[in-house]
Amino acid sequence: MDLQALWLSLRLAATTTLVLLAIGIPLAYWLASARTRLRPIVEAITTLPILLPPTVLGFYLLVLLGPHTAVGRLTARVLGHPLAFSFSGLVVGSVLYSLPFAVQPLAAGFRSVDTALLEQARLLGAGRLRTLISVLLPLSTHSVIAAAALCFTHTVGEFGVVLMIGGDIPGATRTLSIAIYDQVQEFSYAAANRTSLLLIGVAALALVLLYARRSSSGAANA
Amino acid sequence: MPELQPDITIHHRQGRFTLDTEFSVTHAWTVIFGPSGAGKTTLLRILAGLVDPTSGRIQLGGHTLLDRVQHISLPAGRRSIGFVTQQPALFPHLTARGNVAFGIRHLDPASREARVTEMLRLFGAESLADQSAPHLSGGERKRVALARALAPAPNLLLLDEPLAGLDDASAHDILSRLLSLQVRVLYVSHDLAEIWRLPAEVVLLDSGRITAIGPLQQVLAPHREHLLRQLK
Repeated sequence: MDLQALWLSLRLAATTTLVLLAIGIPLAYWLASARTRLRPIVEAITTLPILLPPTVLGFYLLVLLGPHTAVGRLTARVLGHPLAFSFSGLVVGSVLYSLPFAVQPLAAGFRSVDTALLEQARLLGAGRLRTLISVLLPLSTHSVIAAAALCFTHTVGEFGVVLMIGGDIPGATRTLSIAIYDQVQEFSYAAANRTSLLLIGVAALALVLLYARRSSSGAANA
Repeated sequence: MPELQPDITIHHRQGRFTLDTEFSVTHAWTVIFGPSGAGKTTLLRILAGLVDPTSGRIQLGGHTLLDRVQHISLPAGRRSIGFVTQQPALFPHLTARGNVAFGIRHLDPASREARVTEMLRLFGAESLADQSAPHLSGGERKRVALARALAPAPNLLLLDEPLAGLDDASAHDILSRLLSLQVRVLYVSHDLAEIWRLPAEVVLLDSGRITAIGPLQQVLAPHREHLLRQLK
């Protein structure tokens, strides 16, 4: 079993999930409450990664983060190394790829909160940040947990973006799904089977924890 | 009691409905009375800052809350207005205490706790302080919602049919507690029996327009039979 790949996948998934929650919560709040013509455009852009083949997204990210673009040169200068073929590059790619899996459930959760509660918060002097922290987030914990679980499992299982932007560097960019690909290429089907089962286990465990949390909250609210 | 400048002028169009009102609030209690669809709730929502009117001017306690000509529109939280609706929208993840404390976060913890206790006691709800909102009965929720709205000591309290759905004893108890307070109240109702004995001025609203203003019993007496038939 490739423990190094397992550790890398878990580290990538955890980092990506944290970054996505930090970006996704304010973005989803804006999408759920904005009344501008920009909203459908931003919503479409955040949903686009669902429709794009992962290799396409990975290819353009590879080009964008490479040495031939200003973005690539700037990030290389700031970080001291190019983003492509690095763990940081994988995080950037994973964040973009899984963005809809964070934003969609969060925005749906925020939209489902009774507007009368938000109006009372406004009347009682709460600004947008306090309304988010004190009203929306506590009433959308299911959505936050669902978003986190989806981002985590989606990142653990991603392949196309990781391969395009990170390649296959053991310890740096070789995740579980890349390890499976390598094992199949080497006709090590038994090893590929073990790694695949591990991947399924990680995803299943995340979902079981999610549904257990939902059940316990449901029982508490009953 | 804070002085409310007698100046509320609102013109608001919403689809095919037009609200056109101009009146002064000179009494402690003013009842906005009229049939369903008269524009009573819309008027309160505009006063509270939850709806932007097409045009208008609202002054409260010498402060301009809204003046479309001068592009002034204070946000809801800075108008010093409490608003309690028919469905008390208590925050379900908080206790009664947490709900009442929500609007007085600027106070230090000791003052805040004292104010919360005082407000809950005012409405006979001090024993409910640690109950979570979803576990309260309908009447208890209304008491907590009133305590929450009054905790920041607003200059004006807007009540939109706050006693609807309550049994007579609870409604009478809550109303008598409200009447003992030193706060200016705009009270919306379409229940003539509920408001008949209130020491209030009435603004009679019909299809978005004011048809009469004056002492409640004096204004409504000639219309009483007609209104009773209309409201049945």
